[in-house]
Amino acid sequence: MDALNDLLLPPAKSTLAHQTDTLFWFVHLSGLVLTIGLIGVLIYFVIKYRRESEDEVTPLITHNNKLEVTWSVIPLIMVLIVFGWGYQVFMEQRVAPDDAYEVNVTGQKWIWQFTYENGARTNGELHVPAGRPVKLIMNSSDVIHSFYVPDYRIKQDVLPGRYTEVWFNAPEPGESIVFCTEYCGTSHSDMTAKVIVHEEGEFENWLADNAGGGGMPEDLAPAEWGEQLAQEWACSTCHSADGSDMTGPTWQGLFGHEVQLSDGSTVTADENYIRESILEPGAKVVDGYPNVMNTYQGQLNDEQINAIIEYIKTLK
Amino acid sequence: MSTEETNLKKIQVQRYEPESDPDQHYLNEETGIWAWLTTVDHKKIGLMYLASVTFFFFVGGIMALLVRTELWTPAKTFIEANTYNQIFTLHGAIMVFLFLVPSVPAALGNFFLPLQLGAKDVAFPRLNLLSYYLYVAGALIAIVSIVNGGIDTGWTFYTPYSSTTGGAVTTMVFGVFVIGFSSILTGVNFITTIHKMRAPGLSWDKLSLFSWSLYATSIIQILATPVLAITLALVGLERLLGIGIFDPALGGDPVLFQHFFWFYSHPAVYIMIVPGFGIVSEVITTFSKKHIFGYWAIALSSLAIAFIGFLVWGHHMFVSGQASLASMVFSFLTFLVGIPTGIKMFNWTATLYKGSIKLASPLLYIFGFFFLFLVGGLTGIVLGSIALNVHLHDTYYVVAHFHFVMVGGMVMAFLAGVHYWWPKMTGRLYNETLAKIACGIIFVGFNVTFLPQFVMGSLGMPRRYFNYIEQFQVYHQISTIGSYILGIGFVMIFYYLVKSIYTGEKASPNPWGSRALEWQVNSLPPLHNFHHTPVIINGPYDYHKPMDEFQLGLAESGNGHGTEVDVSSTEEKPQAE
Repeated sequence: MDALNDLLLPPAKSTLAHQTDTLFWFVHLSGLVLTIGLIGVLIYFVIKYRRESEDEVTPLITHNNKLEVTWSVIPLIMVLIVFGWGYQVFMEQRVAPDDAYEVNVTGQKWIWQFTYENGARTNGELHVPAGRPVKLIMNSSDVIHSFYVPDYRIKQDVLPGRYTEVWFNAPEPGESIVFCTEYCGTSHSDMTAKVIVHEEGEFENWLADNAGGGGMPEDLAPAEWGEQLAQEWACSTCHSADGSDMTGPTWQGLFGHEVQLSDGSTVTADENYIRESILEPGAKVVDGYPNVMNTYQGQLNDEQINAIIEYIKTLK
Repeated sequence: MSTEETNLKKIQVQRYEPESDPDQHYLNEETGIWAWLTTVDHKKIGLMYLASVTFFFFVGGIMALLVRTELWTPAKTFIEANTYNQIFTLHGAIMVFLFLVPSVPAALGNFFLPLQLGAKDVAFPRLNLLSYYLYVAGALIAIVSIVNGGIDTGWTFYTPYSSTTGGAVTTMVFGVFVIGFSSILTGVNFITTIHKMRAPGLSWDKLSLFSWSLYATSIIQILATPVLAITLALVGLERLLGIGIFDPALGGDPVLFQHFFWFYSHPAVYIMIVPGFGIVSEVITTFSKKHIFGYWAIALSSLAIAFIGFLVWGHHMFVSGQASLASMVFSFLTFLVGIPTGIKMFNWTATLYKGSIKLASPLLYIFGFFFLFLVGGLTGIVLGSIALNVHLHDTYYVVAHFHFVMVGGMVMAFLAGVHYWWPKMTGRLYNETLAKIACGIIFVGFNVTFLPQFVMGSLGMPRRYFNYIEQFQVYHQISTIGSYILGIGFVMIFYYLVKSIYTGEKASPNPWGSRALEWQVNSLPPLHNFHHTPVIINGPYDYHKPMDEFQLGLAESGNGHGTEVDVSSTEEKPQAE
């Protein structure tokens, strides 16, 4: 059974994943039995009753109430079992325990952002303690996204203007991938994240180290920090550092050069232009690129924006 | 027929044997391009639909091959992410709105419903032509939207993405809006035709199961399509005028769109598949020369599917944030709608029992349908179970599931129908060997394409992904190879069918020995279908009765059109119905 599991299902890394898997196998194996049975009967009939002469006369069999009731009622009972079972597992998945550890999640094109109780913030990485229920309170700042962790068998749409919740309990330390599963445009398939499960004590340390969030680490120069931020905040999903053409214009050779805008005018890419483009992306759109970037107003602080500008300056 | 009267009245009937290769038929009684474009003949309109849906099937198929080729490697293989997003959107929109919805009802249904009813045409022939032109107009508008910026919303047009993204979404939804009216008018036409145009003696219990399936489909088309039209109109208004209906930034509710959309689009799944069920019943009985097992169970289960199908839309939204109670009810009803479908499968199998089974190509396609649709249906049970749906929703598992139902089920049934009725439509026989080989290629290609998608879906591969993690590459590559095999199969069918029009052997009026009424007219059929008024005394599956009882018509009347034909046999049968 484990071998089958590995073939068809991702590793079960939450406390409830096994419940989903058991139901998964129950439905698939009963379906397989039915398929083999029905196709077997069909093939048998085709061979046994193949036409041997064009004049063959077939018996008149119009219906058979007993038979028809049987093959209506037995499948009905089967599907009712699957229904009840599925609903019961679902309800356990839905209702988070009262003592769950809460993390806020924001989805936006094309990045997952996580905010913790003490103000710590991460992008693209969700840090959680092992062996403790974690409840995610999620919303979106643009279109609908969906938060999916295959290893936990959980998925929940993330909506603009409304909160949705999902919870899980990962007993072992480790990492699992998060996918966005509601189509959200150009880089939908790059809107992934990682859940990083820490031992309880290790998690507390991590949390304390990142309290407040958003300060420059002491061991980094501003440009280095800027490079890190560009990764974390998914700038690099759309803006390359090596001149290759992605959803947005490349940052290589950007600073200090003329930029052709979509309204026909040109502008020199200085600090003010870059700052404006981060906070108000629609104000000056570069010619040939779609106006799809979100504002980072209220998300990146001045220190972080400065660091990103320093980083862009280094990309000659 | 009012029963009191006719029970007392004796009518004179005689046998009218169908002619092969008659001098006058529907293709030469009116000729020229203008006659085609302005024809009100349901058969010609059916053929125009057939040509159009085939064209769009190949366009959508090319899109599918582009999508599959791009997925050969993670990230970019040969096209950009934005182009990829537009292509999968077009693949879905074209296949659903321009192929699947009109394919069986508007193409094959148009051609054969009046023939099966013993009628001269549909009830409203001009409206029928209007339906076709609305379809063409909608398709043209859709093409304009593709040229004019394209759309990248997915065929589902989910808000607020669709209300805020660039491109020609407004034009596209207008195109779909127009096509919707084509569908509604066809539905109105068919229901009226089935109620009012049946030949003398053709009571409801003698109605062919294909006609029953079109009846159920028409009900859905009339009741559900307006909801789609209104919804898409609202999306258009939101984009044009900024009226906040679905976009939360304007005070709207994005999930409301999903409710509206699936209120149409789930029943639409049945618009696509139920006519296919009708074809299965016709082909299985003909090629086993056997009475259908459980006529009423099959006929009424189509209606049951049509009605319950309206109440299950929420199963597309288990993870959308809808209430758990709503999810429970939708899940329950979803399982209920599976039962009538299961009943059909059992009945078809039982029909083969003690039959005289000839494994000709139409039946081979039906057996392809049988296996693929069974897998599609059973994985539907998996997806109907809420806990499993949470894991599998919006993964490749769902993609594989609906392709098994729509391509494995519906397209196979459609191909079975085309092969089955081809001799009646064209008067020619195609190359039977090639047909069997093509059926095998399609069956193999289909499974190679879509079985790996079940696996990667269960493993967590989300749909509509341009880029993917390394782990899934092997499944994507197998799937892509399968899609090429599938493509070869379809091109092959196109080749031998078109070839048969020019060089195929001439078909006799009833090459399969069917008892159904459409086979009791000339091949090719006359412009007005029958030179006589058909009289029906047996059901279309009464294979225990002799053939001559299925070729009766009123002795004296003609059909009110043109010249009387020579009657080859004039034995009289006193008729006491």
